[in-house]
Amino acid sequence: MPVRVSPARRALVYLLLALASLAVVFPLLLAFSYSFMSESEIATYPPPLLPRAPTLDNYARVIATIPIGRYLVNSFVVSALVVLGQIITASLAAFAFVFLEFRWKTALFFIFLSTLMVPWEATIIPNYMTIRDLGWLDTYQGLAVPFMATAFGTFLLRQSFLQIPRDLRDAAVIDGAGPLRLLAMVVIPLARPALGTVAVYGFLSTWNQYFWPLLVTNQTLMRTTQIGVVQLRFEETLRWGLVMAGVMMIALPTLALLVLGQRQLVRGLTAGAVKG
Amino acid sequence: MTFPVGRATRRLAIALVFLAPSLALFAAFVFVPLTRTLYISLFFTTPTGRLAAFAGLEQYVELLTSALFRSGILASTLFALYSVPFGIALALLLAVLANQRLRGINFFRTLMSSTIAVSAAVGSLLFLMLYNPSLGLLNYLLSLLGLRGIAWLQDPGSAVVSLSVTTMWLVLGFNIIVLLAGLQGVPEELYEAAKLDGASGAMLFFRITVPLVSPFLFFLLVVDTIQVLQAFTQIHVLTRGGPVDATRTIVYSLYLDAFQNFQFGFASAQAFVLFLIVLVLTVLQFRYIEPRVHYQ
Repeated sequence: MPVRVSPARRALVYLLLALASLAVVFPLLLAFSYSFMSESEIATYPPPLLPRAPTLDNYARVIATIPIGRYLVNSFVVSALVVLGQIITASLAAFAFVFLEFRWKTALFFIFLSTLMVPWEATIIPNYMTIRDLGWLDTYQGLAVPFMATAFGTFLLRQSFLQIPRDLRDAAVIDGAGPLRLLAMVVIPLARPALGTVAVYGFLSTWNQYFWPLLVTNQTLMRTTQIGVVQLRFEETLRWGLVMAGVMMIALPTLALLVLGQRQLVRGLTAGAVKG
Repeated sequence: MTFPVGRATRRLAIALVFLAPSLALFAAFVFVPLTRTLYISLFFTTPTGRLAAFAGLEQYVELLTSALFRSGILASTLFALYSVPFGIALALLLAVLANQRLRGINFFRTLMSSTIAVSAAVGSLLFLMLYNPSLGLLNYLLSLLGLRGIAWLQDPGSAVVSLSVTTMWLVLGFNIIVLLAGLQGVPEELYEAAKLDGASGAMLFFRITVPLVSPFLFFLLVVDTIQVLQAFTQIHVLTRGGPVDATRTIVYSLYLDAFQNFQFGFASAQAFVLFLIVLVLTVLQFRYIEPRVHYQ
């Protein structure tokens, strides 16, 4: 039963929530506002907060300058492929690290973690050669396959699996459940929020990649959204309104995903087990 | 733990089946390329990246004795010290604030964690706009308070801070989502019981919240440190390593040497040293900090 909270205290909490939220999203709000301003208005002093005469010119110019629709499709397909791969590989691995006893477990876990520590810049040239030799330049698999395993996701799922009450695991083992059954029937349902976190994070980080898509795509139509916004940045003159319109067009799909995935992300990790 | 030989081997084989998909991908896209990088670092290279002459450890000696590399270590250290602890602490405060049962709470959670949806390129562009000395909003706000404007990115001292603020903002959404997931795993009954015993808000926070989300705090410490030490986009968009090499971190330095100076061998040596630094740091974190983590 929730504790009763006084109205004054509740109002204070709402005020703090509103102020904190506003502070966090302020740069995005400003960019949104700038995307409807003309260049001359952005250049005025004091810096304007809201457009005096909102215009869609910046958006029209983005569409005229780059094939933004195709970029959005490319980014979506690649990000979805990466998420599917990561969920499969990471839940299998995290399960082994938490529920199976085997020799060299610590060493193997450090092998996983060490992949997080390899600077992308350190491996990017050999990786480019691998993709090129496979004939995967300008393909979705070339963009997606190198990222289908995730030490980060494995680590997060490990921490989540470790939160599962020990008696639940023991109960399943006593019932005679094999490893795969234990994973599918007990672990995965309880770890759904953490799996959601991994999925959404995998999607967003792939969507937001810049360096790799730039290297392995040469054809204009195989490029992704981040390349597009930087192309706008390097138009012959720097137009903040144009850049911010581009920023909005590539950030809105991911912001929408966040809104849809929020419930899944913050739901209790073991709430079901504790209350069930 | 020791097992009879046959049983231990069988257990290992079963575990390897679960680990195989990940291990195969890591081998192809991390370990083999990393080995090739180490190999290249032992050679002088032509500007096109071809191996010219065997150098042995010569490039490592050159690196470790250069003043530029020492300043690079300093820049990376400051960058990590500014952005990681403050970034996690700020995220914990916001996550606790957002971990309430209130009407419309999901709206606030979504806003606070929204930076996870923002790419480093986009976030850097936003802060480039805010830091602008003449048109930017930050200096305008300072002028309203009667303060002189700051040369956010043009002053060596403030450039690292400006970079760290941008980075904290970029990782904030991720940190909040992870900590909210952790906070949801804390049974409410614990708080109820502690409140009945007369515990204050601060006691609830330090005696219940912090220990019970410590697996997640530890996770963020490890992951955020690694991410910050590898950060590239912010530096590239905001400072390009300057001013006076103040933000020329190890990663940015190796980028400049590889793709601006075309010294692939020398750059590979830096990449490998960076890899070793991060590896040692993570082992230390697991040895000295993980024992303090509370697992249920």
